Amino acid sequence: MAKGSQTGKSRQRREGAISFFFFFVALTSITILTLIVVFLFWEGLPIFSKVSVHDFLFGRYWYPTDDPADFGIFSLIVASLAVTAMSAVISIPLGVMTALYLAESASARLREWVKPIVELLAALPSVVIGFFGMVIVAPFLQEIFDIPTGLNLFNASLMLAFMSVPTICSISEDAIYSVPLELKEASLALGAPQWETIARVILPASLSGISTAIILGMSRAIGETMVVLMIAGGAAQLPSSIFDPVRPMPASIAAEMAEAPFRSDHYYALFATGVVLFVFTLLFNLVSEHISNKYRQVGAATL
Amino acid sequence: MNTSSSLLRRRKLTQVAIFGFFRLSAAINGIALLVVVYFLVAKGWRAINWTFLTQPPKEAMTEGGILPCIVGTLCLSLGAILVALPIGVASAIYLNEYASPGRLLRAIRVGINNLAGVPSVVFGLFGLAFFVVWLKMGVSILAGSLTLGVLTLPVIIGSSEEALRSVPDTYREASLGLGATKWQTIYRVVLPAALPGILTGAILGISRAAGETAPIMFTAAVFYTPSLPTSIFDEIMALPYHIYVLATAGTEIEATRHLQYGTALVLIVLVLGLNLIAIIYRARLQRRM
Repeated sequence: MAKGSQTGKSRQRREGAISFFFFFVALTSITILTLIVVFLFWEGLPIFSKVSVHDFLFGRYWYPTDDPADFGIFSLIVASLAVTAMSAVISIPLGVMTALYLAESASARLREWVKPIVELLAALPSVVIGFFGMVIVAPFLQEIFDIPTGLNLFNASLMLAFMSVPTICSISEDAIYSVPLELKEASLALGAPQWETIARVILPASLSGISTAIILGMSRAIGETMVVLMIAGGAAQLPSSIFDPVRPMPASIAAEMAEAPFRSDHYYALFATGVVLFVFTLLFNLVSEHISNKYRQVGAATL
Repeated sequence: MNTSSSLLRRRKLTQVAIFGFFRLSAAINGIALLVVVYFLVAKGWRAINWTFLTQPPKEAMTEGGILPCIVGTLCLSLGAILVALPIGVASAIYLNEYASPGRLLRAIRVGINNLAGVPSVVFGLFGLAFFVVWLKMGVSILAGSLTLGVLTLPVIIGSSEEALRSVPDTYREASLGLGATKWQTIYRVVLPAALPGILTGAILGISRAAGETAPIMFTAAVFYTPSLPTSIFDEIMALPYHIYVLATAGTEIEATRHLQYGTALVLIVLVLGLNLIAIIYRARLQRRM
């Protein structure tokens, strides 16, 4: 008896230690996220002893290697926002309609084919898509639109769109599935045709999930590097047409980091650009989290 | 009567048109995938032969093969999974088996979701500042693997959690009912049942790490090194970075086009192959359950 309770106690202690161990490991993600913030700021903040935050964010000229150098990333920020917005124009309808196809109109057999295709599309390495955009799409665009270069805002947005479609599609599909069946059945029973049920019942009921999907898709697009590095054209200027070459933030960081002398102003400025990019994606993610928590559809009653 | 039948016809037409749009969207995705794969295969397969796969680049990378890149990518992606798998599975065990709902759990989840959303180039900056410079690892396989491991972590956590969640609670209850402790239950019952799902996630993690470029640009990859790595502190070549370098920075961009297509083909065969394995394996699992 005494022995039994002792093993019981040591057992309990061991179980406690094990559960603490797993808790500790589970903190890794937060720890890393914190480290990312700390080291980005650590290496990025020194630039602000040379330029003010305002001049850095809204300065029109990015000539980091000139003497004296200009560190204004406004045109990079505008370029990032432009490719993201432009790609969203393509990826939102494409992604949401594909999700509706999968959830509402495809037969089970076709679903088994289309879903893996979307997953494989997501798995294509970004450098391969960038390469494809460079050697196949760019010459094609140059020819049919008769423009000086096929490496431009439009080409980059098009490629980015296909990279965010899988994100938008799979999260939207989950959202559409989570719409309670009673709602759909009620609408159909009232005589509404399928498409009207989709437009008036299913879409409104899954709107928060679809918004989350769209925001996460855009977050993927704004942070994507290789595609914009290889096919956005690389000119640090404000675009005046969709066929202008641009230089989004990730492209600037990836292209210049190798040349920037270690801990030079240029190096600090690139890290500071990384901070701005990180803040953008963080905002996108927090907004999507907020939407999905606040407007979560619980049962049929909250509609 | 007449108007109502025309209304019906119009409704039916709208229905057909709208569903046609849905089908078209789905088809566009398939076509996009096919077009990319088609061009890479059509233009790349001629570059691929035994020499290409088993020789280092020659003549300032305008001839020869890509062996160091293949070896480098294998090292980096296996290194990444060695980092991400244990941490990811352990995190998933905590989240699914131990954690009770509350503010702490929510914070951990927010952390994971946001880590998943960090741009790949920012991971590269972080790897440079933290692993390469601060921990003094230098540009090396080690630094690159750790950076890629951190990037893959959310993928592994997500898929492992899903695998654990799909283990029926009756398994746990039966084991606990027999007097097993929680850890014995997890180790002997839950983990074996979840193992296939966890492995699928690991395969997807490897393929993700193999295809990433931006995170290794400043942490592991170099333009050119003729020798194969001998230690984890060596810098290496990698398939994705090699494509980028040949396509944008080489001296003979047009002349090496066939090498670029060949390298891209090898990379997508590797990545899409791993994904197909995972997809097929998962479909089988789902049928079994």
